[in-house]
Amino acid sequence: MIVRLEPRATAPRWLQAALTLAAIVVALAIGAVILAFVGGDPVRAYLHIFDAAFGDIGVLSDTLVKATPLILTGLACALAFRMRLWNIGAEGQFLLGAWGAGAIVLVPILPAGMPAFVVIPAMMVAGALAGGAWAFIPGILKARLGVNEIITTLMLNYIALAWLQFWVFGPWSEGGFQQTGPFPREAWLPRLTDFAAQIPVLAGLTTHLGLVFALVATAIMSVVLSRTRWGYEMRLIGDNARAARYAGINVAKYVIVVFVISGALAGLAGMSEVSGVVHRLQDRISPGYGFTAIIIAYLARLGPWRVVLASILFGALILAGREIQPSGVPAMIQGIILFCLIASDVLLRYRVRVGRPAEATATAPT
Amino acid sequence: MAGPQGTQPRTSTPLAIEAVGIVKSFPGVIANDHVDFDLRVGEIHALLGENGAGKSTLMNVLAGLYRPDEGEIRVGGEPVQLRSPRDAIAAGIGMVHQHFALVPSQTVAENVLLGLDRPRFRLDLKRTEAEIMSLATDIGLRVEPSARIWQLSIGEQQRVEIVKMLFHGARILILDEPTAVLAPQETAELFENLRALTDAARSIIFISHKLGEVLSIADRITVMRAGKVTAAGLEPEGVTRADLARRMVGRPVLESLERTKVEPGAVVLSVEDVTALNDRGLPALRGVSLQVHAGEIVGIAAVAGNGQSELAQVITGLRACTGRVVVDGRDIAAGPVRAAIESGVGHVPEDRAGVGSAPNLSLIDNLIMRRFRQQPITRGPFLDASAARSKAQTLQGAYEISAPTLDTPVRILSGGNLQRLILAREIDAAPRLLVAVQPTRGLDVGAIEGIHQLLLDLREQGAAILLISEELEELLALADRILVMYEGQVTTAVERPSAADIDAIGLHMMGGEGADSAIDRASTVG
Ligand SMILES: Nc1ncnc2c1ncn2[C@@H]1O[C@H](COP(=O)(O)OP(=O)(O)OP(=O)(O)O)[C@@H](O)[C@H]1O
Ligand SMILES: [Mg+2]
Repeated sequence: MIVRLEPRATAPRWLQAALTLAAIVVALAIGAVILAFVGGDPVRAYLHIFDAAFGDIGVLSDTLVKATPLILTGLACALAFRMRLWNIGAEGQFLLGAWGAGAIVLVPILPAGMPAFVVIPAMMVAGALAGGAWAFIPGILKARLGVNEIITTLMLNYIALAWLQFWVFGPWSEGGFQQTGPFPREAWLPRLTDFAAQIPVLAGLTTHLGLVFALVATAIMSVVLSRTRWGYEMRLIGDNARAARYAGINVAKYVIVVFVISGALAGLAGMSEVSGVVHRLQDRISPGYGFTAIIIAYLARLGPWRVVLASILFGALILAGREIQPSGVPAMIQGIILFCLIASDVLLRYRVRVGRPAEATATAPT
Repeated sequence: MAGPQGTQPRTSTPLAIEAVGIVKSFPGVIANDHVDFDLRVGEIHALLGENGAGKSTLMNVLAGLYRPDEGEIRVGGEPVQLRSPRDAIAAGIGMVHQHFALVPSQTVAENVLLGLDRPRFRLDLKRTEAEIMSLATDIGLRVEPSARIWQLSIGEQQRVEIVKMLFHGARILILDEPTAVLAPQETAELFENLRALTDAARSIIFISHKLGEVLSIADRITVMRAGKVTAAGLEPEGVTRADLARRMVGRPVLESLERTKVEPGAVVLSVEDVTALNDRGLPALRGVSLQVHAGEIVGIAAVAGNGQSELAQVITGLRACTGRVVVDGRDIAAGPVRAAIESGVGHVPEDRAGVGSAPNLSLIDNLIMRRFRQQPITRGPFLDASAARSKAQTLQGAYEISAPTLDTPVRILSGGNLQRLILAREIDAAPRLLVAVQPTRGLDVGAIEGIHQLLLDLREQGAAILLISEELEELLALADRILVMYEGQVTTAVERPSAADIDAIGLHMMGGEGADSAIDRASTVG
């Protein structure tokens, strides 16, 4: 028997979905084999991961907390990737967003004692602006000078981290520690647990308003992409930039604008994380959300609502990483999922034929 | 009508390849319906047929890109299974597609090596270059192995594709509409090369819509229509263009058109002293001035690379320039493209797949490409999907664009159908000025007749048309005035051209001295 690949002209839609699910299942199976090989009990490990992520309302809430920055950064990547702009700088834009949001209360830009309904919108705007400004750099370099955005966005991640470190180690450091002092309560995004006085079941649930930002952003992006002129123009640019130019679209402007919006989404994720979870600035606010976001965008095949689903899955894996030993297992599974996904793409573009060797070889003349 | 019988070779020449009973269907169409086809060693076998007849599909089957649903392929008498282009090349079959698959920034030699298993480890470019050189000179093809692809003309790139296939061991060459992109002189050169190849025992399948060309080069001719063979292996002796056209389209085709007299109106397009650079940064237009009036078709005759492509781009806003490009009194030379679109400039671009369409988007998306900003498709920031769909539906019907559904990505359209889509979009917008570059490239004779009529109708409605074409016959049939371009300048104008002017125009296109007197004589006589 011999297995052969044959290119296919078009792939049906259901196949994409089926292959994505299959890739996840296969990844879990490979993970199980590895777990069994090193002497673990894969079934128990998976049950444990599932339990640690979705087992009760408390951990489910924690999963959603983890998913929130992933959704926003995932959307940031998906948006850029749709135009074939390889923004792998969501991490840096996230950090800048956190920094910008922090600046509102740390500089302070707003005087102390302002109410939450002023402070929080100000932080959102600052976070989105800072992230957007950070992404403007690769955007304009790409649009005007044709500089490869993969390199610039990647390098800007390191600069962003150094920038954040400078502020939390230096001017904003609290007593020489590598973090700032806690933000005032007005700068905290409301969490479910804040309403425990009225609704007791919410006690201890840390899901915060950032999730709503993420879902609203998803809804907006979904509508914009599928129904509006801008979505159409982006589709055109993403498929054939020369045709887009011929259609009268200012492609360079789009490159810049999409980069800025992508950065703003990642910046908003950074704001949501410091304002909703960490409540202060420190240099370790991201366990690599901006990088995981690339995998998520890919897993979601750039669909906004699918980004939400993929983020919840990855939120669960990140959360489980804290819970179970060895904690490397969920990270390993993340990696295997990505591999399986990339591998499954082959099946999208080719059809597998199984045949006997004799039949499969072409007899060459002469 | 001749049946698909008579495929038995009448001579003892062995068959290079034989396809028997090939069936290939796609959702909604049977592209090949029990097709028989054979190719003798050392012959040029032309394949004709209207747009969407299934020619490219059959060739893709022979080249291992598609698997037939039924049928058998025999190479040198032996049945073969071609599961991929690699299998096909192993069986000695190489295909040159209409859209070349060359990497522009790399050299000829590097491109020729692409897709080969060698070299395994170390790339010895010098040696490869020498091998390519010797192969090419053996067969009589001129190539420069160390040149970079982007430096080459279309005709030279095509030669590279051919050499690449030969280098990979092809003995059977499939050329899908090779002459559609070539200027007449390049075509002549290609034909010399093809003859040299058949002399070297290579066999060639050649697809074309140009009947005259087919009659002059082919040893045998097969005609397809709607997935079936309607005439198999005709010998060209005694066959006329009209015969072929009738067999292709299923009805007689008028090769001459009714032209009503239209009094030219006001100046619509005025190009004033325009200069522009080409993609390589060299001067492409050196002070071009011309005018096109309402109700007038002005033809541009030029050998490829003399600035006519850049002229079209400048007028439609795709290329920066100095000087003035005035449409209905508005100077649009400074761009952007949108200013040209809004001034009513339609554009049928030269490169339909690379510029004129977005291959993975649907028919609908492609049909609204230049008008999505207008009512009723745009409503505020939203696009009205149902308005777009109904617009697309009307256009598909009116211009006979055959495709499974309106949601099909246009990359699977046949070449001619994609061209129809672009023409539908641009002509239906009722442009003030239409810049049409090779508008009938890749169309079958029936469709060409239809498009020519549409252009004449558009002219009658008072549109100005700038027609850039490498087909002198097309220019003569349509143009009220022909401008000859040479090395980025308009060198001559011929009013009311007729067939008598062909030689003079041809001389001018080559930059010939002394052609002036010929033209003067021709135009005073005509
Ligand atoms: N990959 C595909 N999927 C679906 N339909 C296809 C595909 N390729 C071709 N077709 C359809 O098959 C039919 C034959 O197409 P083909 O490209 O073979 O025509 P052709 O004879 O080469 O025409 P042209 O002269 O216009 O190039 C057309 O109706 C086309 O839309
Ligand atoms: Mg074709």
